[in-house]
Amino acid sequence: MTARRRLTPYGLLAPGAIWLALFFVVPMYFMGELALRSGTFTEGFTFSWQFSNFPDALEGNGELITRTFLYSGISTLLALLIAYPLAYAIAVKASPRWRLLLLFAVIAPFFTTYLIRTIAWKTILADSSPVVDVLQFLQLIPDDGRVLATSTAVIAGLTYNFLPFMILPIYASLERLDLSLIEAAKDLYSSARQAFLRVTLPLSMPGIVAGVLLTFIPAFGDYVNAQLLGSPNQFMIGNRIQSLYLADRNYPEAAALSFLMMAAVLIVVLVYIRAAGTQAFMGDEEEARA
Amino acid sequence: MAWLRRNGLMVYAGFAVAYMLIPIVVIAIFSFAETPRDRLDFSLGGGFTLEYWQNAFSISELNQALLRSLELAALTTVIATAIGTLMALALVRYEFFGRRASNLLIVLPMATPEIVMGASLLSMFVVYGIGLGFTTLLIAHVMFCISFVVVVVRSRLIGFDRSIEEAAADLGATPVQAFRYVTLPLLAPAVIASALLAFALSIDDFVISNFNSGTTETFPLYVYGVALRGIPIQVNVLATMLFIVTASAIALVIWQQRRAERMAAVLPDAEPDPALSV
Repeated sequence: MTARRRLTPYGLLAPGAIWLALFFVVPMYFMGELALRSGTFTEGFTFSWQFSNFPDALEGNGELITRTFLYSGISTLLALLIAYPLAYAIAVKASPRWRLLLLFAVIAPFFTTYLIRTIAWKTILADSSPVVDVLQFLQLIPDDGRVLATSTAVIAGLTYNFLPFMILPIYASLERLDLSLIEAAKDLYSSARQAFLRVTLPLSMPGIVAGVLLTFIPAFGDYVNAQLLGSPNQFMIGNRIQSLYLADRNYPEAAALSFLMMAAVLIVVLVYIRAAGTQAFMGDEEEARA
Repeated sequence: MAWLRRNGLMVYAGFAVAYMLIPIVVIAIFSFAETPRDRLDFSLGGGFTLEYWQNAFSISELNQALLRSLELAALTTVIATAIGTLMALALVRYEFFGRRASNLLIVLPMATPEIVMGASLLSMFVVYGIGLGFTTLLIAHVMFCISFVVVVVRSRLIGFDRSIEEAAADLGATPVQAFRYVTLPLLAPAVIASALLAFALSIDDFVISNFNSGTTETFPLYVYGVALRGIPIQVNVLATMLFIVTASAIALVIWQQRRAERMAAVLPDAEPDPALSV
């Protein structure tokens, strides 16, 4: 019985763990292996420790890489600024009925295809659409100015598409907030501002950390927004990886570039988690157990 | 002014939520347009028609893509929900060697850009010379859905009152019976929520499918393919239908949940399901 009990978790774990190992971990190895091959698509690729694929993959893509960091960074920041007050309103201010309705609206975009949503934004931001007319009227853009095919459109698209990933974790951490702590702060003569800065904000930090990661990571790897809302002048690393894999079929260089992207994401995530000083991303579970 | 001070945040929330819904409204409106539009246009020169709703299924390529997507999402949901639920049970209920590593294995896919997952799977298929198609899509979709299932079911399991199971055992239930008649029904809302999530993730996926589909077309891939030539209005119609169906399904689950909670409110420490709120 005890031996059986000891083996039970492994039995429960096995199907999923094997699936993830075979189709998530092992492919990473093959991506690395492919990145060290040389040859062409027609002649085949042979393994040859071709380390030059890595510098080759980066060459000429400096601007692309800077742009990717810039776009995903700005859209993450914008998403945070939009999401925090909204999450706060839903978690703290709204009545239970409104809360449910608002949450439902927040996840509603997920019920339509990501691609179709982005195409909808394309029509909204298209030249001489009402939105653009208004912006021209307000002189926010020149009379012949456009929104589509600019950095603004791509950043707006990224911000929009990943916004729910920012709202939900922040909401989850604010919802758990013990409101009596704020009352206590006020009883101890803190202003509303102080109470927010010294009680609410720190307690919602895990949500912010998780939200920032969940927004930044997909934005960093995205190529759909740049392709549909931008022009080649707005392309990001994702666009380059996609065309290397699917159009040029230059697998070694493509694999090298996505390998570097993965490394960049891991470094950013690790540095960020260390700086933020929480284990928010590893799940609330450890916390709940404690 | 005082009113605005008090309600300003809610007014803002209203605007923010409206912003989130803009594209959905646009998609729905365009499904009634007479001619495809490449820009938003309130003059609606072409006028409105129900024609494309009546002929929603007249493009056979599109129908096939949608059916394939539904089939793929259904299979993905069944597989990912089953193995994800088992994983969640193992992680919450047992202390064992390798638990931390398993947690890491579940977090990592969620911390990886989709494009990297798509690209690395394609790399493996290329190295082995495996043909791309429905099977490779299924493999990929199950892979990226598992983690989400685990996270949702796990959050429910953590707040699970195990004394009910012990009571069942005291009353003579075998462990299998206790699981079947006590644990599973209580776990059902989280399992259903995670299944809906897996279904939505699968049917919506573009990036990973883009890399691993070969010539097989799913609904998003079809849309991508025709995006350059101009999207037929039927796409808007089907997208709107899909929205209505999934939104109703979610609403139904939430409603059921609330009803169950109200009924359970007589019991002490009945708590709302965290799974659905995330």
